[in-house]
Amino acid sequence: MYAQLVKSEGSKSREEMTPQELAFQERIDRGEKIEPKEWMPEGYRKTLIRQMGQHAHSEIVGQLPEGNWITRAPTLERKAILLAKVQDEAGHGLYLYSAAETLGVTRDELMEKLHSGNMKYSSIFNYPTLTWADMGAVGWLVDGAAIMNQVPLQRTSYGPYSRAMIRICKEESFHQRQGYDIMMKMCAGSPEQKAMAQDALNRFWYPALMMFGPSDKDSVHSAQSMAWKIKMNTNDELRQKFVDQTVPQAKYLGLTVPDDNLVWNEEKGGYDFSEPDWSEFFAVIAGNGPCNAERLGARIKAWDDGAWFRDGLMAHAEKAASRRIAAE
Amino acid sequence: MSSEWPLWEIFIRGQHGLNHRHVGSLHAPDAEMAIRNARDVYTRRNEGVSIWVVPSNSISASSPSDKGPLFEPANSKVYRHPTFFDIPEEIGHM
Ligand SMILES: [Fe+2]
Ligand SMILES: [Fe+2]
Ligand SMILES: [Fe+2]
Repeated sequence: MYAQLVKSEGSKSREEMTPQELAFQERIDRGEKIEPKEWMPEGYRKTLIRQMGQHAHSEIVGQLPEGNWITRAPTLERKAILLAKVQDEAGHGLYLYSAAETLGVTRDELMEKLHSGNMKYSSIFNYPTLTWADMGAVGWLVDGAAIMNQVPLQRTSYGPYSRAMIRICKEESFHQRQGYDIMMKMCAGSPEQKAMAQDALNRFWYPALMMFGPSDKDSVHSAQSMAWKIKMNTNDELRQKFVDQTVPQAKYLGLTVPDDNLVWNEEKGGYDFSEPDWSEFFAVIAGNGPCNAERLGARIKAWDDGAWFRDGLMAHAEKAASRRIAAE
Repeated sequence: MSSEWPLWEIFIRGQHGLNHRHVGSLHAPDAEMAIRNARDVYTRRNEGVSIWVVPSNSISASSPSDKGPLFEPANSKVYRHPTFFDIPEEIGHM
């Protein structure tokens, strides 16, 4: 989801594992946490770096669509709330980058891979935020979908990742609630405001469903990641849960989910619904979404424009340290 | 030049009377900035009353392979726990 297409390794049967790999798998099966300096299969380490990196990048790039509305929030209170929400996302990115760094990759390396396009971020952030109602839809649907994925990841096998997820989950429910609160206000407002809310739902519904990644039948990398407890649920399981949770919330708002096939299925105890257009999903992931160039461009510009500042503070710190040594 | 800011480990005292506890790490050019960044990253919701920052490379850690020699000896010394001793009921609380 925030990590939608993480390349993993082919899974091994117990017979194919070396004694060391088997002992490792058994630790995970017992629910033990793996900590940074401990032995781990190279594939576990690499998959985690990819997944946590992609997750971190999503938090950071995810600030942009909402940052877009900070200066135009309708009231000072809404502005303060949105600012706090976007600041949280910066924090989420930082928790995850430092958790990834415990695996022997540097943050600069991760940044470089984002900027060169070698690492991805969630497809959802390549859609534009056109109206204030989009701030409602993003908090409600996008953070809602993120929560669905992040809550089970609190139990992931890698200690630093699990602890980062616990911190993040504590903060996410504020994000979803502030979004839903915006939607409630808009839906109780003028017909024009309600129409804006409906339009935001129309535009964000399918991209939100895409956040969980391709359908299980096309999701080739799941088995090994699930055995390692890096991935806790399949894409379709989480997507189903999200739809079941969200449809009643849309009803409460008096909004219509843009899906003619949406119908309650008594037998499975969940909704039947239309899949998103997967060709659109793959196009966005490949870099051809409505805002890919703008988002990545903004990140690269921020990085490049900030270089003199990072270097300046470092130079100051080094000078101050050598002055201290000289004085001693 | 572009050298990466060093890594700091962050310890926060959650409430008066409690120990500082490790909460995570962050990059900063020096200790003063590390404290400022730690405030923004780790205490946005009243999580702390005091912050310690320590350069990550100043921390020496026991190695996972020493787990046995370091911690196993304690397993056989059950007499270090008060429950090892049976004290007669009539003695009362001890
Ligand atoms: Fe987040
Ligand atoms: Fe988020
Ligand atoms: Fe969020």
